[in-house]
Amino acid sequence: MTEHTASLPPKPPFWNNPQIRALIFQALALIATVAFGWTIFDNTQDNLHRLGIASGFGFLSSPSGFDIIQTLIPYSATSSYGQVFWVALLNTLLVSALGVVLATLLGFIIGVARLSKNWLIAKLALVYIETFRNIPLLLQIFFWYFAVLRAAPAPRQSLSLGDAFFLNIRGLYLPAPQFQPGFGWVLAVLGSAVVLVLVLARWARQRQMATGQPFPVLRTALALLLGLPLAAFWLTGSPLHWEYPELRGFNFQGGLAVIPEMASLLLALTIYTAAFIAEIVRAGIQAVSHGQTEASFSLGLSSHLTLRLIILPQALRVIIPPLTNQYLNLTKNSSLAAAIGYPDLVAAFAGTTLNQTGQAIECIAITMAVYLTISLLISLGMNWYNQHVALVER
Amino acid sequence: MAESHIPHPDLPPPANVIGVFGWLHRNLLSSPLNIALTVLALYLLSITILPLLNWAVFDAAWSGETRADCQAHSGACWIFIQAHFDQFMYGFYPEAQRWRVNTAVLLLVLSAAPLFVRAIPNAYKVRLGLGLLVIYPIIAYMLFKGGLFGLSGVDTRRWGGLFLTLVIAGVGMTAALPLGVLLALGRRSQMPAIQTLCVTFIEFWRGVPLITVLFMSSVMLPLFLPEGMNFDKLLRALIGVTLFQAAYMAEVVRGGLQAIPKGQFEAAAALGLGYWKIMALIVLPQALKLVIPGIVNTFIALFKDTSLVLIIGLFDLMNIVHNATTNPEWLGFSTEGYVFAAAVYWLFCFSMSRYSQSLEKRLHTGHKR
Repeated sequence: MTEHTASLPPKPPFWNNPQIRALIFQALALIATVAFGWTIFDNTQDNLHRLGIASGFGFLSSPSGFDIIQTLIPYSATSSYGQVFWVALLNTLLVSALGVVLATLLGFIIGVARLSKNWLIAKLALVYIETFRNIPLLLQIFFWYFAVLRAAPAPRQSLSLGDAFFLNIRGLYLPAPQFQPGFGWVLAVLGSAVVLVLVLARWARQRQMATGQPFPVLRTALALLLGLPLAAFWLTGSPLHWEYPELRGFNFQGGLAVIPEMASLLLALTIYTAAFIAEIVRAGIQAVSHGQTEASFSLGLSSHLTLRLIILPQALRVIIPPLTNQYLNLTKNSSLAAAIGYPDLVAAFAGTTLNQTGQAIECIAITMAVYLTISLLISLGMNWYNQHVALVER
Repeated sequence: MAESHIPHPDLPPPANVIGVFGWLHRNLLSSPLNIALTVLALYLLSITILPLLNWAVFDAAWSGETRADCQAHSGACWIFIQAHFDQFMYGFYPEAQRWRVNTAVLLLVLSAAPLFVRAIPNAYKVRLGLGLLVIYPIIAYMLFKGGLFGLSGVDTRRWGGLFLTLVIAGVGMTAALPLGVLLALGRRSQMPAIQTLCVTFIEFWRGVPLITVLFMSSVMLPLFLPEGMNFDKLLRALIGVTLFQAAYMAEVVRGGLQAIPKGQFEAAAALGLGYWKIMALIVLPQALKLVIPGIVNTFIALFKDTSLVLIIGLFDLMNIVHNATTNPEWLGFSTEGYVFAAAVYWLFCFSMSRYSQSLEKRLHTGHKR
């Protein structure tokens, strides 16, 4: 018996026990992190004290004293730094939203063109993609801003298109829509048409499930959506006018003015991101194997139904996650506005406000928190969508 | 005697399905829609490529000394680039010392060349590569910075141009890859504390734009450091760029790690290998190979992102070109400047993506169907 126990190998020392090891490593990592954080915090306290900077968010309510060239909400030099934050945030969101829409449109067109059976179109799309995604975005922004828009002619020699669109060194001038009182009716009719179409689609689906009789939903829906608002528009006496920009004195008055900073940023963001979106669209469409189309045809589905029920749902599952990623990239890239002075969050808040108040930590922290929030919101939505559409296998 | 049947020889295929005409018919003119698209494409070509060619080649001023030589030409003034070429390459690096940059580049090309020769066995390549990774940065730093062995010191503020772009990109790439691998391993770790730390780190850096990171490194880092200690502006940019790209790299590597079947880990553990040996010898070689395109894409993104250091006042290629276009003696040539810079960036990014594609084909070992 004693012989038997003696032949057992000795118990390994505790530091070779995986569980204890894991605990030790984690404790070390945590201690190191906390120590690092504490050192930084301590140093910062010392430095702030030495430089005489008061920390805190009190500066947000003091008057800013500078003007911003593009504001979507009322703002003047006497407004507070808090107001600067909202103006800057709205500017960021504006250019991002417009960029997302335009880049998606252009990207889908080029992505489909890349797969065209026409050799020339496919090669043109390829050249576009390979050119624009391999040139830094900042360089493209600088090109459009300094080499194109800053080199545009003076207001008197503006380039014009049909006396409605004007381009000069002060920016781009477009006709502005002027809504008359009756326009509310048109919107109301449009809203009820949308509701009507939803109800109709539901009814048609139930009827098809019950009786097998199809109903031409798409055509009816288009007729309702276009016809009803147009009728309302005509009945209320065309309550929409266009205000054209006019040259008065040294510059254009009226119309919708787009400052050159905004125009060049939007142009560069759209062109750059569209190149990436095009590749995503191409990959998504190619990911649906040809067998799917053939199987669908052999089941007797029309080419329209094949596209809608077979190809698009599968392609979108591949396309949507990287596409959202590109939207997120576009939003973050819009921060390059700071380089050309478009008053976005980074330029107006993390730039001008920081320089004027010296509240480096607060300004940068707020700016980063905003971008982090946007990122996290989008990735939460993305995860929800992924769970929604993920392939459910055995 | 029955006549034997001699079949008529096959007719040649119709002229419009073979040869040049067949190709044209298939690819450009097969249907009315296709013809319309071809016309559209030709129209697009005529309004973009032709004026561009005229501007950049035929009407351009190619030789001369001053901007007066450009007046006669309606196209691009490439003399502007020639006059500033050295500046675009080296920035404000002292002219007499530029041989040091050239030497370092030459040294890198010569010593790294064997890595691309297929006849040399992989074992030697790994040793050479690791040796280069450790020794080359030291040699290059001493050459660039100087101050030793009788070389005069050159402050990093005078570094610039393409040289600085390559320094930032090179340091960023070599530092971001190992850091990214470690972060990815941490994110996949079984230990909750390590995992949380890594996830927080990765999601933080991926959630903010690089420009705010650079802002932070230029205005907040001095506050974080103890009194009297200060980092070089270049070093601050390097830290920002590296941490930022390491987070992206970590996500790429994680994708590769997730693609490795669990059986590989289990088999390696059953053979008695420890964690680091499993990772270094079994898992990472397979995982990294799977994600080469992703890694190179991150490198390309990093290379393009180096242009952002302009925000904190470093004179990389982008900034030095921008600076030259504001030179009062050479006003009005910003298009030429930006086109030149774009061509340089494009050349680097495009060759990286092509190289990754060829590497992917060569290393393709049957994971894909």
